[in-house]
Amino acid sequence: MKVENATMNVIGKKIKRVDAIEKVKGINKFVADYEFKNMLYGAIVFSKHARALVKKIDTSKAKELKGVKAVLTYSDIPGENQLGEVVEDMPCLVPVGKEAKYYGDVVAVAAAESQKIANAAAGLVEVEYEELPAVLSIEESLKNEIKVHESGNILTSKKIRKGKTEEGFASADLVIEDDFFADYQEHAYLETQGIFAVPDSTGMTIYGSMQCPYYVQNAVSRVLGIPQNNVKIVQADTGGAFGGKEDVPSYVAAQCALLAYHTKRPVLLSYSREVDIQFTSKRHPIKSHYKVGFKKDGKIVAIEVNAHMDMGAYATLSPIVMYRSLVHAAGAYDVPNVKVDIDGVYTNKVPCGAFRGFGSPQVLFAIESIMDEAALKLKIDPVEIRLKNALRVGSHTSTDHLLTESVGSVSTIMNAVKISDYENLKRSVHDFNSKNRFKKRGIGVSHIIYGVALGAAGQALDAAGALVQVHRDGSVTVHVGNTEMGQGMKTVLAMIASETLGQNIDMIKVENADTSYVQDSGPTVASRATLFSGNAVKEACEKIKERMISTFSKIKNVEKEEVVISSGVVRGGKEEMNFGDLANICYSSNVELIANGWFKSPKLNWDPKTGLGEAYLTYSYATQIVVVEVDMLTGKSNVIDVFTSHDVGRVLNPVGLTGQVEGGFVQGMGYAIYEEIKMKDGRILTDNFNTYIIPTINDIPQNIKIDFVEDEFSEGPFGAKGIGEPSLMPAPAAIANGISNAIGRRVKKIPATQEYVLDLIEKGEDKS
Amino acid sequence: MIIKFKLNGEEREENVEEDERALDFLRRIGMKSVKEGCGEGECGACTIIVNGKNVVSCLMLAPELDGTDVLTTEGLGKDKLDPVQEAFAEIGAVQCGFCTPGMEMSTKALLMKNPHPSEEDIKKGLEGNLCRCTGYFRIIEAVKKAAGKV
Repeated sequence: MKVENATMNVIGKKIKRVDAIEKVKGINKFVADYEFKNMLYGAIVFSKHARALVKKIDTSKAKELKGVKAVLTYSDIPGENQLGEVVEDMPCLVPVGKEAKYYGDVVAVAAAESQKIANAAAGLVEVEYEELPAVLSIEESLKNEIKVHESGNILTSKKIRKGKTEEGFASADLVIEDDFFADYQEHAYLETQGIFAVPDSTGMTIYGSMQCPYYVQNAVSRVLGIPQNNVKIVQADTGGAFGGKEDVPSYVAAQCALLAYHTKRPVLLSYSREVDIQFTSKRHPIKSHYKVGFKKDGKIVAIEVNAHMDMGAYATLSPIVMYRSLVHAAGAYDVPNVKVDIDGVYTNKVPCGAFRGFGSPQVLFAIESIMDEAALKLKIDPVEIRLKNALRVGSHTSTDHLLTESVGSVSTIMNAVKISDYENLKRSVHDFNSKNRFKKRGIGVSHIIYGVALGAAGQALDAAGALVQVHRDGSVTVHVGNTEMGQGMKTVLAMIASETLGQNIDMIKVENADTSYVQDSGPTVASRATLFSGNAVKEACEKIKERMISTFSKIKNVEKEEVVISSGVVRGGKEEMNFGDLANICYSSNVELIANGWFKSPKLNWDPKTGLGEAYLTYSYATQIVVVEVDMLTGKSNVIDVFTSHDVGRVLNPVGLTGQVEGGFVQGMGYAIYEEIKMKDGRILTDNFNTYIIPTINDIPQNIKIDFVEDEFSEGPFGAKGIGEPSLMPAPAAIANGISNAIGRRVKKIPATQEYVLDLIEKGEDKS
Repeated sequence: MIIKFKLNGEEREENVEEDERALDFLRRIGMKSVKEGCGEGECGACTIIVNGKNVVSCLMLAPELDGTDVLTTEGLGKDKLDPVQEAFAEIGAVQCGFCTPGMEMSTKALLMKNPHPSEEDIKKGLEGNLCRCTGYFRIIEAVKKAAGKV
């Protein structure tokens, strides 16, 4: 459905990133590039045990060191010592007499004249621990013998009850039942976590690398015990985030703000890579048991899922991550009977949180593996079986949400087939395999659904604002409450402002988020910035444009309806003027050229008791076909070709969109085959890039073909939905299926590392 | 100790600590394009060019810069953008921008040595630089676009 057919000047065109020049020059400022007079450097002291009682903290030796300005513990916290976005179960600093609940739990912070001295001071803090037995797996946690928290090890459970799965299974011709495990993934943003806290006479300004300035504002205000209007958060340029800078910067900022509060000096707290990997959140490990019933023709009649997610030591964002796992567990299909149960369990390990896909890649890997397994058993093509079950307008999702528009699902399947030249691709893989004994290739298919924005469980946060100002010369400043972290938000918002106002894009500047300009706009997560901030910017620009048109119409004596502003020129009747000249006239006529925009999610009706209802505002879809080559002697997998089709509603910024899909794919590929967090007794051993292996330039596929389906969403700016997360989501499942197809054994764990695949080849059950 | 070296075309004389990393020293004197991503030579964000070769400055000590010719991203395209910078901006090889200066340094070093690299040469030349945003596809395209212009 086309919502707007007007010819666009900027939307959909190839535009250079608005922040590209400063970035290629290396002159834009990340937080560690800021400098303040009299600045200090911070360091943290963390527990070196999975679970231990903190018996005594002695900071005296650390304080004696020359150049040390503060060594702080829980008793130095002027406000509250409890943090956590959803459940406040996490201390800012672990108090004496309480348990440190994971290797990485912070007990003290230090500030000094140099980073070296701060690190040395942290090393001199003497903490007396009584080591306690720890819970290191989901299974141990479920035994509930050792309680991670007094309240019990299962924090929360969520469910879906749609139809009657028993009846569905009774009518099935084939029932597949299996267990799957999806392990941790580390974000590995190239810029580690960092915060600069700069105190002033009444409070503090925090500069930092972050996704969610309002979370940070809330945390700092609470820990310092000062009102929010005295805690100003200014986002610094952010060097990648991927969910890892959703809630974590709140904790880093709280630690840093404490140091600035007590020393009354600016403090930079910038984590080393090792601290970052030990202390900060990861993608949740999820164990799932699936039972799926099919008719002979491939139609799914029932799905039952029982899953457990390892939240780690604190809840952080887990309850809302679980919500996305729940809604996505049954995949992208029209299924009459669905039963999903998912529990979030505490363990004495690193707290898990947000990571691109937010609890969905793990379950999509499971359901998509079963789809391929069913195709194999029923002798149906993997594409056919997905087409047979795909959602369409008029279908109901697994939560019984009736889909009424913008369902590009089938188009993504058809387009993936087309761009991959699927029939020939199958033949070429077959030919390759008949000619090669020790290298085998496999085709992997995956088809996914993505619930856009925060959904029913996050409605309270699902709104965003914008403040747009046209200056006297016609240049434009745009403030929003969401953040640029590399994904290209500033560019797409500048495009939306340019298209809406009719001013040229090079005259538009989108500022970094600053909590003093725009009301809490929720987190920059869930692929929601284009949709939410985009709509807010559009609304603000429309208000200003209306005033400018009205002014032009009055002074030139032409009807308002005749006035058109585009590409920096205002035209009406025979009259014409530059955008800047009109702005100047507006200023001289006391016309207000500043306006707010606000977009909020329409009310979603969803029942937590049954899990049924409108789970998300809308959904996007993707289909991916990959060719994977496996070395049968070593177990090493390489992705050779990728064909991926994404329903994005409307393509606003083709360059940025393509970049998201490419980067998301490679990050998903890392999760599928390379990236492994290794732990010993709760301690992460793989805490830098020599042991935690992310894809390098040598590991990427030879060929990636990307297609976009434009099935417009009526509530989206110009029809757009979102791409940040769905860019990654199909990859782990598609690649796992490709490996399974190549080796003739089912991959049931990701990352499917070389060792795992070799083991499968040598010992796995034969599926051929 | 005092070291003498050439930085982005200018003769410099600077006081350095004996155990100071070249990375910290360069950042201290304002070369903020040199980024720290891992501190152990794995990510390439701190890549600079020393005597025509790309090196990671986190594994180098400041005194080792004595007598060398050093190029950082600050020294690329002072008046107008260097072809490498222009290509990175045009092709969309930049997302968060944190790896970009290091990536450009490795590209520059590659193209100075080999003006027309094959795709394999490009991968070899940039294999020490990690990027978590782009998936590298556009970076390879940018290097191809800059090829022959350096």
